[in-house]
Amino acid sequence: MSSVLFDSPGPRGRRLVMFGNVASGVVVAGVVVFVLVVLAQQGQLDPALWVAALDGRAWQFYYLPGLQNTLRAAAFATVGAVAFGVLFGVGRLSLNPLVRVLSGVVVEFFRAVPVLLMMFFLWVFFSRQLTWVPDRPYAAVVVALVLYNGSVIAELVRSGVRNLPRGQSEAALAVGLTGAQSLRSVLLPQALVAMLPAVISQLVVVLKDSALGTLIAYPELLRATQILASGEQNPLQALTVAALVFIVLNWLLSVLAHRLSLTLSSRTSGKTVEGVGIGNPVAAPVVPEPH
Amino acid sequence: MDDYFAELGELFERFNVVGAFWTNIQLTFWAALIALALGTVLALMRISPIASLRFAGTAYVNVIRNTPLTVIIIFMVLVVWTLFAVTLAPGFNDNFFRLAVIGLAIYHAAFVCEAIRSGVNTVPVGQAEAARAIGLPFLAAARLVILPQAFRGSIAPLGNTLIALLKNSTVAAAGSVSWETASTMRLMIEFRPDHLYLIFFIFALGYVVLVIPIGVVTTWLSDRLAVKR
Amino acid sequence: MRKHTIRLMAVAAAAALSLSACGGGEVGEEPTEGATTAEGGGTIRIGIKYDQPGLGYQDADTFTGFDVDVATYVADKLGYSADQIEFVESISANRETMLQNGDVDMIFATYSITDARKEVIDFAGPYFVAGQDLLVAEDNTDITGPETLEGKNLCSVTGSTSAQKIKDNYATGVNLLERPGYAECVTALGAGQVDAVTTDDIILAGLAATEANAGKFKVVGAPFSEENYGVGLPKGSELCEDINAAITEMIEDGTWEELVAKNTEGTGYTPNAELNPPTPAPCA
Repeated sequence: MSSVLFDSPGPRGRRLVMFGNVASGVVVAGVVVFVLVVLAQQGQLDPALWVAALDGRAWQFYYLPGLQNTLRAAAFATVGAVAFGVLFGVGRLSLNPLVRVLSGVVVEFFRAVPVLLMMFFLWVFFSRQLTWVPDRPYAAVVVALVLYNGSVIAELVRSGVRNLPRGQSEAALAVGLTGAQSLRSVLLPQALVAMLPAVISQLVVVLKDSALGTLIAYPELLRATQILASGEQNPLQALTVAALVFIVLNWLLSVLAHRLSLTLSSRTSGKTVEGVGIGNPVAAPVVPEPH
Repeated sequence: MDDYFAELGELFERFNVVGAFWTNIQLTFWAALIALALGTVLALMRISPIASLRFAGTAYVNVIRNTPLTVIIIFMVLVVWTLFAVTLAPGFNDNFFRLAVIGLAIYHAAFVCEAIRSGVNTVPVGQAEAARAIGLPFLAAARLVILPQAFRGSIAPLGNTLIALLKNSTVAAAGSVSWETASTMRLMIEFRPDHLYLIFFIFALGYVVLVIPIGVVTTWLSDRLAVKR
Repeated sequence: MRKHTIRLMAVAAAAALSLSACGGGEVGEEPTEGATTAEGGGTIRIGIKYDQPGLGYQDADTFTGFDVDVATYVADKLGYSADQIEFVESISANRETMLQNGDVDMIFATYSITDARKEVIDFAGPYFVAGQDLLVAEDNTDITGPETLEGKNLCSVTGSTSAQKIKDNYATGVNLLERPGYAECVTALGAGQVDAVTTDDIILAGLAATEANAGKFKVVGAPFSEENYGVGLPKGSELCEDINAAITEMIEDGTWEELVAKNTEGTGYTPNAELNPPTPAPCA
């Protein structure tokens, strides 16, 4: 993509780059050696600690059940967030000013409050007020994630509809559809397709944020890892494994989101948005990429 | 009614809510500065002519943005401080505050990088061609032509990153910064569970009051500074 | 176009459902379905800690530790065999509400009997008297109690008040570190970045007794608080008398001593002999 910014380096440039690569390779290798030496001094390279963090027992009784809980929370939270997002996103596009304002207040509120505060609050709230809720830490995690990510998706829905070419709604009105009908049968379906990759990127946010559940003892991956670590006394090793699991899983989701955005762009007149996965919709670039 | 306000007074005297918010604001401010610098360097690396730099930039972004922030903050204390004995300030509280700032900056730099890259994508190809045509090498073209326009184009996503950073600064609780908002709210609720709604409302409102102006300002700036084409 | 959207939504929903069909994987434990209350026979639900080796620890698919052993003994006397017990995680902040909401029938989780807690729940026991103490490196000689911590670095777990208590009452110049788990505190102690870890003595002994820590740390052995570990029960529970009888029997037949020794093996730890073994207090 950047080829327009520079020429392919010539022989002198290539030599320079080669020299730079070798030099930085040496530096990186030096850093790695330093890290390993310090870890060895601290006794953190003791094979027993790593085996305990990697063996079948760790996976069977800690990581995998924890991961199952992480995925369970993330799956429900995503479905709930999409429902919440479509509902309030459409609410913000409503012709009724009251509905519009109310949806706006709800969406802006839940986008502004940190998920961690929301989880703490809901956890205590469920424990004290809604005692019929069966699995309360789980419910607090899911509901907090739905409220926050649902608000983000509501914004995606709204901007998705807004970013459609005007011809779409004009054509719908011209064939005699009412405003609501054109929203339902012409605009929304295209906006939803356009935002699907962004929803999958949002799933990355959901998965990462579900790790906050560890602070209210929801037995997700990070919590399970901590329990493993407190018995084996290997927090560094166990957390490294858990971090790698998160990275691989989220990376696969990001790749999926990217693929989808390429595939789906033919099915909508809007521009598919990938989102960068930080939890806020990114304004879709209006100008084509420099090629 | 008087009793109610007396109880409130007691609650606020015992817990420093304003101080807690000030902590999060400071965490956000310093982390934002470092993340902006680091993120710009990463964005330059990702569009640079040197393949190994592009690879390093891409690898950084893909690893960091897929890692839960909680894990990064825990690693700052567990690895950087505990095992490598990196001390950033003589006092314990200052030290953990700074470690949390670095952790937040490392995480959000990945998103700053992506925001700037999306800004680079708003720069028309003719601009880059013109820069090349007058003989500017890569760094000069980036510094004089591409980045100034890219920054303007990336204000909206950068604003979103700043908002996310402010909210994520609560995760510093996992890095022994126990006087920030999330920890303070938790202690207050444990101390006076009967005031649950009020306590949550105060903290939620605090964040709404902080977040909405950032959103308004960045939208205004991004409209005002957008390069009219 | 609409068909595609609906199909995509349906795929997402189906994925969510198939995930949920696997049920909630409780870390190393069977789902709670079909559990009945103690009165209904069948199983009994007991709240324990999952992350405190030596007291309440989830070890693969079993549970180990002093609290678990005492709970198993008491449940046996109440007529529940080991396989009729369903252990549930109850973290400190959540213990009262779990009892009030009927999530568990009783709690054995380093649960100190206090007047404030007695207002909302009942206690049987105590079955052990712990005290706040310090864990230090095996070769440390200059830390002998909380007042010797002036200028030292001290670690405790997030949300616990034990470290703050030391700062307020014994050594105002102590530096506090809060970590999400005990393992991280112990790692910091091993690396020399903190000088001591604080919490109840028997918890510290349990940490020191883990295989990975063998011979590295010691409990100072000068407890400076009195924590009466009781059995948490819902208000008005009828089990209190029977539990107290079981605890008394456990102490008299030597099982108590055996269990303490077994769970703190190799640390040289002995419980505060003036207060242990305790006599269960009469039920309310």
